[in-house]
Amino acid sequence: MTIEIKDLHKNFGKNQILKGIDLTIDEGHIYAILGPNGSGKTTLIKSILGMVIPNKGLIAVLDKPIKKDWRYRKKIDYLPQIANFPPNIKVKELIHMIKDLRNSPSAEGELIALFGLEPFLNKKLSTLSGGTKQKVNIVLTFMFDSPLIILDEPTTGLDPMALIRLKELIQREKAQGKTILITSHIMQFVEEMADKILYLLEGEIYFKGNIGELLEQTGEPDFEHAIAALTTTGSHA
Amino acid sequence: MLKILKYSFYDLIRSRWSYIYFLFYLTLGFVLLFLNNDVSKAVITLMNVIIVLIPLIGTIFGVMYYYNSREFTELLLAQPIKRSSIFMGQYFGVAGSLALSLVLGLGIPFVLYGLLRSNAIFDFSLLLVTGAFLTFIFVALSFVIAISNENKIKGFGYAVLLWLFLAVVYDGLFLMSLIVFEEYPLDTFSLVATMLNPIDLSRILILLKLDISALLGYTGAIFKKFFGTDLGFLVSMGILLLWTVVPILGLGHKAKRKDF
Amino acid sequence: MKTDTRHKGYILGCILLIFAQTVLAKTWTVCNSCGHSSIKQTIQLANAHDTLLVQKGMYREFEILVDKPLYIKGIGYPIVDGEKKGEIFQIRSDGVTLDGLFIINVGVSYTKDNAAIRVIRSKDFLIQNMVLEQLFFGIYLEKSSHGKVYHNRIIGEAVDEYNSGNGIQLWYSSDIEVTKNHVQGTRDGIYLEFSDQITITGNTSMDNLRYGLHFMFSDHDVYTQNTFENNGAGVAVMFSKFITMKNNTFRKNWGTAAYGMLLKEINDAEITGNTFEENTIGINIEGSNRIDYSNNDFIGNGWAIRVIGACYTNTFKGNNFLYNSFDISYNSKLNDNVFEGNFWSSYTGYDLDRNGIGDVPYRPVKLFSYVVNRTPETIVLLRSLFMDIIDFSERVSPVFTPDNLKDDQPLMKIRS
Repeated sequence: MTIEIKDLHKNFGKNQILKGIDLTIDEGHIYAILGPNGSGKTTLIKSILGMVIPNKGLIAVLDKPIKKDWRYRKKIDYLPQIANFPPNIKVKELIHMIKDLRNSPSAEGELIALFGLEPFLNKKLSTLSGGTKQKVNIVLTFMFDSPLIILDEPTTGLDPMALIRLKELIQREKAQGKTILITSHIMQFVEEMADKILYLLEGEIYFKGNIGELLEQTGEPDFEHAIAALTTTGSHA
Repeated sequence: MLKILKYSFYDLIRSRWSYIYFLFYLTLGFVLLFLNNDVSKAVITLMNVIIVLIPLIGTIFGVMYYYNSREFTELLLAQPIKRSSIFMGQYFGVAGSLALSLVLGLGIPFVLYGLLRSNAIFDFSLLLVTGAFLTFIFVALSFVIAISNENKIKGFGYAVLLWLFLAVVYDGLFLMSLIVFEEYPLDTFSLVATMLNPIDLSRILILLKLDISALLGYTGAIFKKFFGTDLGFLVSMGILLLWTVVPILGLGHKAKRKDF
Repeated sequence: MKTDTRHKGYILGCILLIFAQTVLAKTWTVCNSCGHSSIKQTIQLANAHDTLLVQKGMYREFEILVDKPLYIKGIGYPIVDGEKKGEIFQIRSDGVTLDGLFIINVGVSYTKDNAAIRVIRSKDFLIQNMVLEQLFFGIYLEKSSHGKVYHNRIIGEAVDEYNSGNGIQLWYSSDIEVTKNHVQGTRDGIYLEFSDQITITGNTSMDNLRYGLHFMFSDHDVYTQNTFENNGAGVAVMFSKFITMKNNTFRKNWGTAAYGMLLKEINDAEITGNTFEENTIGINIEGSNRIDYSNNDFIGNGWAIRVIGACYTNTFKGNNFLYNSFDISYNSKLNDNVFEGNFWSSYTGYDLDRNGIGDVPYRPVKLFSYVVNRTPETIVLLRSLFMDIIDFSERVSPVFTPDNLKDDQPLMKIRS
């Protein structure tokens, strides 16, 4: 069990975002966390990362409760949704800095080559395009060897070549027995990568299972329609 | 924390604004010294600038830095780093680089001018110490305001209002209460009222070290009697320290509870 | 006829007497080793108009009474040591000259104003080239006139007002010149009380405990080209009329109650060409009327001019006001004084017609100085941003300060 969540509640002001989530994430799978906008995907991920402090409930990562702890984050690689870095730092320095901060062994050289970032290493981050920034973001995430990887919209701004590389990378990590959580709006990408689907709706887990089960339950011919159907039935329910 | 501090600091001392800030003080120092040719007069003019400008720059810089590095902060939050370390590191990075700009920017011209041989050295160091304190105080206050307000515009507005209050409005209220209660003995009151506002406290601390303290007359004599003693000096430094530490603690408190 | 001869005889007698005096006038030498070793005894032996030459040496004497016209001159600054026993020289005769003595150790008393040299009810005296140290009072002129105090050095070590005396004191005296003396470290450097027609020129009075120069009830006096520096409270001119003060320098009288000059109840005076530099208050004016202030320089003072109480028909013309914290402080809303054609370093107006006179009037009274006059405690807001803003708005549209207190013809360039 990589992650265990029990009765997780979170509200921002009067707005209830998570209404009692119970969830276990098992080792060695790729989970896609899906759901319409505002369903609580990001809040859930941030709760796992300790960036959002739950009102109620328990989260354990690798069998340890995370409350008032920060060391467990050493076991997580996180790719944030918007990669906005300090503008005056060079790419090389940023990579060096994250390495320095985490103090773990890293394999950035290979990743830099993979995404063709060598020409940008000495450039300041403020001068990079969105896609290049996302590549840097990916390098920063994958250069460490942690048992849990969380990717928030990893495909944003990537060109087709980089996208293929990313997919290869995710598969490789999975092959090493790591647990991976992904959110994405690109259903094709999700279908291709994910073993399991977690569907959030209005702060609750509406569906959990693999793609086969999803198609069966919704009776739709393909994945994209199945998700759409979940959304409509959900909101009617 | 030290690592974050290091990176925030590097980030800032490379930014354009730090250079402008540094160059501003450098120019100011040179202009004052080499056009005026009088160290103690230069110290007075500097005091005027410092009392007004340092809090303002500290406030604006602090708020700006906090909001501009919000996403980066989120990146850091996902790293195995203690939360308070991130904010403390950033805070000390900003305040430290501003204070450094001030100390170097003013220090260089004064040292070149031959301050070390002049007896204004103590006044000057006091000027820099209070300047540094004001930087740390106002950056801390602005961080607290920024962390409490998700909305940039609101946070910015509150921070400027706070500056306006401490730099201007407070003195207005102070003046009014002095006039309204002019029939009562006001020495203790004015002493306390001065101590409560870091800008006023810094102003008085510097004024008392300068010749123009004679202008303060009888009230000044009482102030001098208080601040002139070791105890008074320690108390005022203590209050400046308190003004620094309390917002920093507030920042830590807020940081622990905040959702990102 | 009889009376005529008697008359002739009288005249002849007089001429003979004068002749005898000049011819017979004797010179006495006083020295430690020769026959006359005491100044006091030699004076008793001497006749009027004799000369005493006091040779270099040490004379431990006090209460030396000079009761006849004598010329007493020191050779190589002989030391007269009063051993703190009392007064040293007392002159009770017209036509006495003291020259070149070094007088030390005047007795300090709490009941008597012991002086190094006291002149009582005498005329035509000359006290010059004296050096006075370790004194109580220095030179004390009492009901005397037509004398000269010239080129003396008076160095005291006053610490407290109650057991120190004045450098040069004039009491009920008139027609006296006090010239080129140097007075320092006494209570009041030069003190005048009920003394008229006194001329005080080229003296330096510094580091005195209280006032460098102090006038009380003394009229028609002139003081020019003196320097008053670093005195406890500056110079005080009080209850006097027709005083002329020209080309003096008042410097560095810093302290919570120090002025360059304090005027109290002074009428019809002329204050011209003086320099007031780095004083807490340049001139503090209280109840003084019809005074002409012109061509003075006020440089770097806390307050250049501070007006308290009713002061009427004074004119301030052609003065330079340079870098004072406050140019003028005023405590009433009424103004009957004229400010015209002065140079103000904080004037920010313009001169479109290029006639050297600013086109916008200058208002020398800051609101802050008005507030401070009302509630002195507010001075703690000195140099705060708030006060700067308030001063600015008051300058734009005056509400609290006298509306007509302004210089309509401010100079664009400093008066040289």
